[in-house]
Amino acid sequence: MKKSVFLGTLAASALLAGYASAATLDDVKARGELFCGVNTALTGFAQPDASGNWQGFDVAICKAVAAAVLGDASKVKYVPTTTETRFTALASGEVDLLARNTTWTYSRDADLKFTFTGVNYYDGQGFMVRKDLGVSSAKELDGATVCIQTGTTTELNLADYFKANNMTYQPVPIQTNAEGEQQYLAGACDAYTTDASGLAATRAIFADPENHIILPEIISKEPLGPLVRHGDDQWADINRWVLNALVAAEEYGVTSANVEELSKGTQNPEINRLLGTEGDLGAMMGLDNEWAKRVIAANGNYGEIFAANIGEATPIGLARGLNAQWTQGGLLYAPPFR
Amino acid sequence: MSNSQANSAVYVRDAMLPAEHPPAMETGIIKWLRENLFSGPLNTILTLVGLVAIYSVLSGILPWLFRSVWVANSLGECRSIITATFGEGATGACWAVIRERWTQFIFGFYPSHLYWRPVLAFLLLLAALAPVLFTHLPRKSLWFSILYPALGFWLLWGGTIWIPVVAMAGFALGWLALRVLQPIGGTILATIAAVVVPILWWLLLAGPVAQQLQAILPIGIEAVRSDKFGGFVLAFTIGITGIAFSLPMGIILALGRRSDMLLVKALCVGFIEFIRGVPLITLLFTASLLLNYFLPPGTNFDIILRVIIMVTLFSAAYIAEVIRGGLAALPRGQYEAADALGLDYWKAQRLIIMPQALKISIPGIVSSFIGLFKDTTLVIFVGLLDPLKGITDAVRASIEWKGIYWEPYIFVGGIFFLICFSMSRYSMYLERKLQREHR
Repeated sequence: MKKSVFLGTLAASALLAGYASAATLDDVKARGELFCGVNTALTGFAQPDASGNWQGFDVAICKAVAAAVLGDASKVKYVPTTTETRFTALASGEVDLLARNTTWTYSRDADLKFTFTGVNYYDGQGFMVRKDLGVSSAKELDGATVCIQTGTTTELNLADYFKANNMTYQPVPIQTNAEGEQQYLAGACDAYTTDASGLAATRAIFADPENHIILPEIISKEPLGPLVRHGDDQWADINRWVLNALVAAEEYGVTSANVEELSKGTQNPEINRLLGTEGDLGAMMGLDNEWAKRVIAANGNYGEIFAANIGEATPIGLARGLNAQWTQGGLLYAPPFR
Repeated sequence: MSNSQANSAVYVRDAMLPAEHPPAMETGIIKWLRENLFSGPLNTILTLVGLVAIYSVLSGILPWLFRSVWVANSLGECRSIITATFGEGATGACWAVIRERWTQFIFGFYPSHLYWRPVLAFLLLLAALAPVLFTHLPRKSLWFSILYPALGFWLLWGGTIWIPVVAMAGFALGWLALRVLQPIGGTILATIAAVVVPILWWLLLAGPVAQQLQAILPIGIEAVRSDKFGGFVLAFTIGITGIAFSLPMGIILALGRRSDMLLVKALCVGFIEFIRGVPLITLLFTASLLLNYFLPPGTNFDIILRVIIMVTLFSAAYIAEVIRGGLAALPRGQYEAADALGLDYWKAQRLIIMPQALKISIPGIVSSFIGLFKDTTLVIFVGLLDPLKGITDAVRASIEWKGIYWEPYIFVGGIFFLICFSMSRYSMYLERKLQREHR
């Protein structure tokens, strides 16, 4: 009985699948809710708190998009995705947007048919070793055992790096960060490698952080960013410019505290255009003119989001580094709102 | 000569000596040790090796357990308490994480003001299971067990009461169709109608009817969405539903596989072999990912429901094979006896074959159920927050508890053990109760 219902539904739905609509924006508006794919749990980037509210640096992107499109940052359904399910979840339409610390690579963009809408965190792969190993550079890790998370870009980077430097290593495959920490602390591997942001967070919680060092070498580029499906340019534009608005707001000094005041009009036409007091930028994307104002009011600008979730004031304590504004020697550079 | 000899015996004992204590080597614990642990060079070596192994394990675990911290707000605080109490370098268990977050392990992200609903659903589940599990309880209460799925669904997910009511009405309609058509159109027609009518009802009419009823008489409680489910509420929801539906389905599949009707047999064999041939994780990925490509965009076919369907199908295939084993073990004479009594197929199955076949299959069925319940933790791979890994990782992602490792696993593992062990004990009770061997 159950089986027949199931098969019947399957057949009926296969017939209906032809009527897929391409406009994600309309779907989201009609639904009144944004489906946002996030990590099942990653400290600082996406984590549910004790009462089940999602928080984090990636989660803030979901909230910002919901604020822009639906006018309410809380209208998000968070879909926890694993490394195995994330791309299929996006491709099949289970989520509208994937904000899950995903590295922007050529093949993911071109082959998997996704559109990365920018970079919200510039990361890179690093190594952590025990101090008493007496190693001060990754170049001295020849023959070391290395704990490495399987199925990620870090695994490939590690192989590339050791090959390029004519060194050998013994991989100790692990599944999750927690397992990696445990294996590393138990001495199963000499070095633990993952994204530098993850290493910093991991080291911060050790009982004896002073006995572990993060080696200076960053062996890969890991531009992490949100992504959407290929083929819906309007939706990709919205996501790209929400991210740009967050970055631009920091550059122009628009914060969640002063956005209300600044939106009454300022001397700076760029701010006025961003906040919708001048021009008609919102309509070009199918939104109203105050979308960026809501985005900033929801979470604050990029700098505020960074500081609240992973910045130096938090236990994770990441410095801005590459993620500073271009005016501060970083890579964040929002195109003009014009 | 003889006289002098007799006289030379100055003392003759006239009472039995009290029994001596056996030699120390031949009694009590020492004897037991000698016989069981040190009976030869090989056994002595093995015993010593075993003792060393036990010591090395316990010497690691026991101090760790004794240095437990129950009240702290973060792993760092735990560590500093342990250091302050037991000195530098001491390690200990930080159970504070369980104390702080146990509601999440049990309820997932279920809204905290509604915790009473899963709790009530669980208590009612016990009430509904009792008459099924223990036959000496009043048979009338089985009606409650039959209605429980709808009630449990309503308590867990909330929303309008009319959806479960209308869904149950489908079964009632099927039964009605069977009753009305059997005298008129015969058994086969009635059976087909009993299957087709409910399906048509669910697919076409149930939705609008539920909406209409809700409009006329709005009864409902706060709805809770599937993404709020997690922890043991999720494991129980999937596990219990899977167990409840896979047993009848498994029986039907087992009968189908032994059927003489070619089409029925082919379908059942194909289904069983296909499902058993693929890993559960593949089916879960199919449920979570592949189905979305077939379903029209915007359809919200609930992910938990999809997973439950897949888990049920998976378990049913295994149950079917276990029951087929029971059927095969029955002597041929039992079937012939049923035929000789003039019973029709269903009556023979219900009264003679199944009671015996199921009794033989109890250990296999229960171990399938235990496996199914433990397999519910696999749902983490499709992004549902199971208690073992999903919730544990979520708890660990907060900076306060990052770095904690064994404590959540031990906690969750302990609960799983309790449940699985109870199931296994119940199966042994049932086996003893149904013991009818010809001694």
